[in-house]
Amino acid sequence: MDTSQYLEMFIEESKEHLQACNEHLLELEKNPEDIAIVNEVFRSAHTLKGMSATMGYEDIANLTHKMENVLDEIRNNRLHVTADLLDVVFTAVDQLEEMVLDIAAGGNGKLDVADTVQKLHAIEIGEEAPVAATTVEEVVSLDSSKGQNWLNYDDYELTVIQQSLEQDYHTYEISVKLREDCLLKAARVYMVFELLEKMGDVIKSSPSVEKLEAEDFDEVFYIALVTTEPKDDVQKKLMKVSEVTEVVVQSVTLEQLKTRQQDELSKVEKTEQVVVQALEETSQTAELKPEKKEKSSTTKGNTSSSSKTIRVNIERLDVLMNLFEELVIDRGRLQSISEDLRNAELDETVERMSRITGDLQNIILNMRMVPVETVFNRFPRMVRQLARDLNKKISLEVIGAETELDRTVIDEIGDPLVHLIRNSLDHGIESPEVRKSKGKPEEGTVVLRAYHSGNHVFIEIEDDGAGINREKVLKKAISRGIVSEEIAITLTDKQVAELILSSGFSTADVISDVSGRGVGLDVVKTTIESLGGTMDITSTEGKGSLFSIQLPLTLSIISVMLVELGEEIYAIPLSSIIETAIIRSSDILNAHNQKVIDFRGKVVPLVFLEDVFEVPREDTKDEFHSVVIVRKGDKLAGLVVDSFIGQQEIVLKSLGAYLTSVFAISGATILGNGKVALIVDCNALII
Amino acid sequence: MTEAIDVQNLKVVVFQLADKEYVIPVTHVQGIEKLTHITRVPKTPSYVKGVINLRGVVTPIIDLRKRLGLLESELNESSRIIIITLEDMNVGVIVDSANDVLDIPTDSIEPQPEVVGGLEEDYIAGVAKLGSRLLILLHMHLVLNPIKSGV
Repeated sequence: MDTSQYLEMFIEESKEHLQACNEHLLELEKNPEDIAIVNEVFRSAHTLKGMSATMGYEDIANLTHKMENVLDEIRNNRLHVTADLLDVVFTAVDQLEEMVLDIAAGGNGKLDVADTVQKLHAIEIGEEAPVAATTVEEVVSLDSSKGQNWLNYDDYELTVIQQSLEQDYHTYEISVKLREDCLLKAARVYMVFELLEKMGDVIKSSPSVEKLEAEDFDEVFYIALVTTEPKDDVQKKLMKVSEVTEVVVQSVTLEQLKTRQQDELSKVEKTEQVVVQALEETSQTAELKPEKKEKSSTTKGNTSSSSKTIRVNIERLDVLMNLFEELVIDRGRLQSISEDLRNAELDETVERMSRITGDLQNIILNMRMVPVETVFNRFPRMVRQLARDLNKKISLEVIGAETELDRTVIDEIGDPLVHLIRNSLDHGIESPEVRKSKGKPEEGTVVLRAYHSGNHVFIEIEDDGAGINREKVLKKAISRGIVSEEIAITLTDKQVAELILSSGFSTADVISDVSGRGVGLDVVKTTIESLGGTMDITSTEGKGSLFSIQLPLTLSIISVMLVELGEEIYAIPLSSIIETAIIRSSDILNAHNQKVIDFRGKVVPLVFLEDVFEVPREDTKDEFHSVVIVRKGDKLAGLVVDSFIGQQEIVLKSLGAYLTSVFAISGATILGNGKVALIVDCNALII
Repeated sequence: MTEAIDVQNLKVVVFQLADKEYVIPVTHVQGIEKLTHITRVPKTPSYVKGVINLRGVVTPIIDLRKRLGLLESELNESSRIIIITLEDMNVGVIVDSANDVLDIPTDSIEPQPEVVGGLEEDYIAGVAKLGSRLLILLHMHLVLNPIKSGV
């Protein structure tokens, strides 16, 4: 069978299933008792097995088959989930992923999985026997202790039995079974009780008398009777009641009652022990259970509510986006034409069209929005692995994974986040011993948080680790020549924290595998700035650090302020503008060859854009200057321009592969008149 | 059939620069455009004229005369922008005029002679003689080396 046409679908779906496996396995690690999760993993593995077998990828099919066997054992309670077991299963999932990626890259999906298969097999048969044996034993012992323990007595009833036994009365527990098709159950019960009461006293029944009268029971009910009649007589008399099919009478002795009580207690203990055993290393036990139930119910809710979706190739969406960008450009052109013509009807039509395209823009942008989940979901695995490698106890908390970001941003944000999380794990969270000695819980927490705010998305990574050590950072920065000693003293804690973002900086004493090869955080900073975002560090020594990343919602359509410089038009992103002002020449002050203005009590340096951009024109000295106040972090600068044109939504375009990294220009856009305007990169202008 | 022709002939676009004729393989040429408004891009080498809006795509434009070390071109009615595609990069070059597409037999292309009128010889991939015409084949990869020196 020619399967090549299904290859793409196979790869996509395999990736999804593997991701699902990963997620559910992590969840399972937290809730080892939840069979529903095992079922989910099992389902994914099963589908994967089927697909890969159809496509002829035997290694994948083989490995998934073994994995499935192990999962099946867990599902049927013959195996307990342990960290070691999960390790092997995770390895298997990793290898599956590797193979799928290999296939995606054009390979044949072959990989030596013998070792993992072996391990899975060992788990399947090796550990199965002892575990199964104990469970069986447990069941047997439970059975014997349970005996025919039909009734539980309270203290009062026990005293009654005790006293009657002392007075040579017999106490019987009687089970009465009625015919399945018995029509008048209450009547039969009445007859049974009447008979019993003639013989002695009924001290207890199960279900209660009220329930029996209401026929709220199946065929069997139990009674405790205190009487002087012998056992057999009681049984025979009861059997005479019509529609009673079976009567069992057993006498109760004091010893029995006592042992039964003890059994009761020990049984509870035993079951608890079993649970603890099963959980082994994973320490969370009873407290997690309610949460677990909630979780599984929410996941179920999600799956059932998944509305109708279709799979669309991302390239098609990109094409749609490009076409729409063209439309936005033409919209701009139409707007300027209608403004010139001042035709009421044209104005109205253009206005309507603007509104429709505005809606359309929202929809298209939303379509390209992807929840950050797609990036976040690989982190729990990573953190788990790293924590084991580093011998630290770390829990990762993910908040706001449903926050949506443009796909273009999503594609870029993964690597910086990996870097930051590795950094937090390696340098932030201390080893369990150190944490203990500092009076912190052994387990460190890293919180990964995403949320919307205005036109931005914030992603924060917070840890409760050591925080940034000012002395250590300064020492390193000075030795690396990043700052001089004189300046170092004047720096605020925040500025010191930001030093770790400088290139060539690494404070870890030991260069580890995980992070700290000196190419860390400055790369992160550069990437985020290239996305039009900013990064902020807040750190308290001994308490932890917070890395906050601010990102634009989308990279393709942004709001800008158009300004004029000579004959040229430049666009300044609104996201970096604080406000605009018009100042007199006399307001400009000189400070160390730097022209500054006093802006609302702050000294703001001026940047004359015509000089920076070498705008060709004759010198015209104006008394008034138009200034755009922009910011980068908490630094301000005033960009001096000739005049403001206005605010506009523009489509961001790159300058192309030929012109890479032009100073202070982050891109270009096409204006309504068809001309190209350059977008000013404010970050490059503020030093 | 077409293959046999391709082996023997190279289809090229002919353009003029300072009275000399140059050629570029048509496979690299995406189109020939009339001059339009060029937006200057500051802080770039002087031969970068700026960028244009080429049907929605921002395309950088370079002055080929300046790039090859000739006098700056005076733009006039016959000036053209040849849009060249190299891998995933689009660049427009300004030429004095472009008006011909030729088939040159591959065996008529010779390596560059020792002296070719003071040009920076690295850019020249070869020279083809076609009758009395001397056609200079440019090494577009070298001419259109991406500019990274921004700062």
